[in-house]
Amino acid sequence: MNPRTGGPARAAQYLVLLGYLVFLAFPFLWLISTAFKPARELGSLHPTWIPENPTLDNFRTAFDEQPLLQAAANSLLAAACAAFLAVLVATPMAYVMARHRSRLSTAATGWVVVSQAFPIVLMIIPLFLILKHLHLINTRWGLIMVYVVWALPFALWMLTGYVRAVPVELEEAASVDGAGRLRTLVSVTAPLLAPGIVATALFAFITAWNELFFALVLLKTPEKQTLPVVLTHFIGAEGAADLGPLAAAAFLATLPSLVIFAVIQRRITGGMTAGAVKS
Amino acid sequence: MDSGKKGPPGGPPGGQSRPVHRNVGAWFLVLPALIPILVLSVGPLLYGIALAFTDAQSGRTRATQWVGGLNFQDLLHDTLFWDSFRIGLLWAVGVTVPQFVLALGLALLLNQKLRLRWLARALAIIPWAMPEVVVGIMWRLVYHPDAGVLNETIRDLGLGDGRDWLTGLATALPAVIVVGVWAGMPQTTVALLAGLQNTPHELHEAAALDGAGAWRRFRTVTWPALKPVALAITALNFIWNFNSFALVYVLTNGEPGGRTRLPMLFAYEEAFHYGQFGYAAAMGCVMVAVISVILAVYLAGRLGGGEDR
Repeated sequence: MNPRTGGPARAAQYLVLLGYLVFLAFPFLWLISTAFKPARELGSLHPTWIPENPTLDNFRTAFDEQPLLQAAANSLLAAACAAFLAVLVATPMAYVMARHRSRLSTAATGWVVVSQAFPIVLMIIPLFLILKHLHLINTRWGLIMVYVVWALPFALWMLTGYVRAVPVELEEAASVDGAGRLRTLVSVTAPLLAPGIVATALFAFITAWNELFFALVLLKTPEKQTLPVVLTHFIGAEGAADLGPLAAAAFLATLPSLVIFAVIQRRITGGMTAGAVKS
Repeated sequence: MDSGKKGPPGGPPGGQSRPVHRNVGAWFLVLPALIPILVLSVGPLLYGIALAFTDAQSGRTRATQWVGGLNFQDLLHDTLFWDSFRIGLLWAVGVTVPQFVLALGLALLLNQKLRLRWLARALAIIPWAMPEVVVGIMWRLVYHPDAGVLNETIRDLGLGDGRDWLTGLATALPAVIVVGVWAGMPQTTVALLAGLQNTPHELHEAAALDGAGAWRRFRTVTWPALKPVALAITALNFIWNFNSFALVYVLTNGEPGGRTRLPMLFAYEEAFHYGQFGYAAAMGCVMVAVISVILAVYLAGRLGGGEDR
């Protein structure tokens, strides 16, 4: 405890914290409120925080007007495949990066940092042309491949931290007991890594589920488009009648992200420092 | 990246490379990730730089040709591009600085033993986890001239009728900057909080016993320990913000009159509305170059002024 903090100072701290909480929460509360308001209330010039006659009509209208279910299915498929493939290819590499420090891991780490710095526009045009060459433009697989590579830097970084948190002595002990290298990895390392792998996969899932730019550029057929792209179709002409369905669709689209993130949040914030966990 | 720890990593000491067969095994483990990275990340980057020196266009039958520095010459005289560049810098600074200040304040608060910490933690998830498209839509509802909570509050307080924030020439950029600050605050807070929790607690107590006030404790104990993390996260935030797309695309799509047309939006239109691949790639190159220069100057200045560890 801090010996010098008195009552007034503490009260001021709470007041500031309250300000932060309001700033963080109010837009989301307004979104929820708008999603349950009937069109009549949205058209009035005196919108209220609590809908006077809450209704589910907006959700119905949203599903009628836009192919939301199809889009959600597309997003789910792309995000799930991308998450699975990303951890599948990233885990072995992260293992090597964590266990052997070599020029390769230095280069990979450098790439992880540097790749964040390039405007996607410089990457998207060549990607577009490469995928065109491979006949993967306007296909779900093309998008999934891009999402995998896009998720890799962060996935590698997180997983490297988790591997370092597995004491190397355990692996050594297993090999002293005569277990082969592969056996050690499968029976000793993998179970300890599993929670970290799941957290990384879920994070990659959210990244892909939320992504707009690549989907906007790489998919042209309406039936293949992901949820964020379909949401942008709502925008533009926003008469009072369209605000409710827009809010309803946006609210639904963000639920999976919020729920998954709430589950893995501690592991992510832990992952930020896991790279230095000492055994 | 920005794990602020300086402790020794838990892995085995490097150096002693064991027999060759182990390294061969290592290569097999690395390749599945390395090949996609090379094909879809390193490759496109080099390809993109090469494209900047061609007249590549979409949907044209004639073969693409090398044009040397022509795209860059055109860019120099493209006032629209420089306008968007200026707006991009304004946006990046305008978002990164308040974001850092607010996140630092919040991190310092959360580092105290306050009651509502769990709630702050829970709420911080919202901006962090939300799709940028939804963040944009949500704030459009907040800013909406008739059905928005902002104008409603202004009317309730008797301060007039409010404004059309996102379409007003003067208010559009500030309005999207507020959204940018809101959206990026949690990540910055978490990174800074991780840095704060690495500050040796004994130092704080020693300083407090010596009778140092809160400000002096912050300046002499907290800040020096936090500086590396703060630098890294600010640099990264600046780059991310300068390169951002989805948020502003949804909020204003660059309107009114190009007042919020960030470089990414401009390049996107150039490439995928007008099909000017070569020209847009040249824009990307200029953006990378300028970011690198700004960051190099900034980091050199900050590191030169501080005490290196």
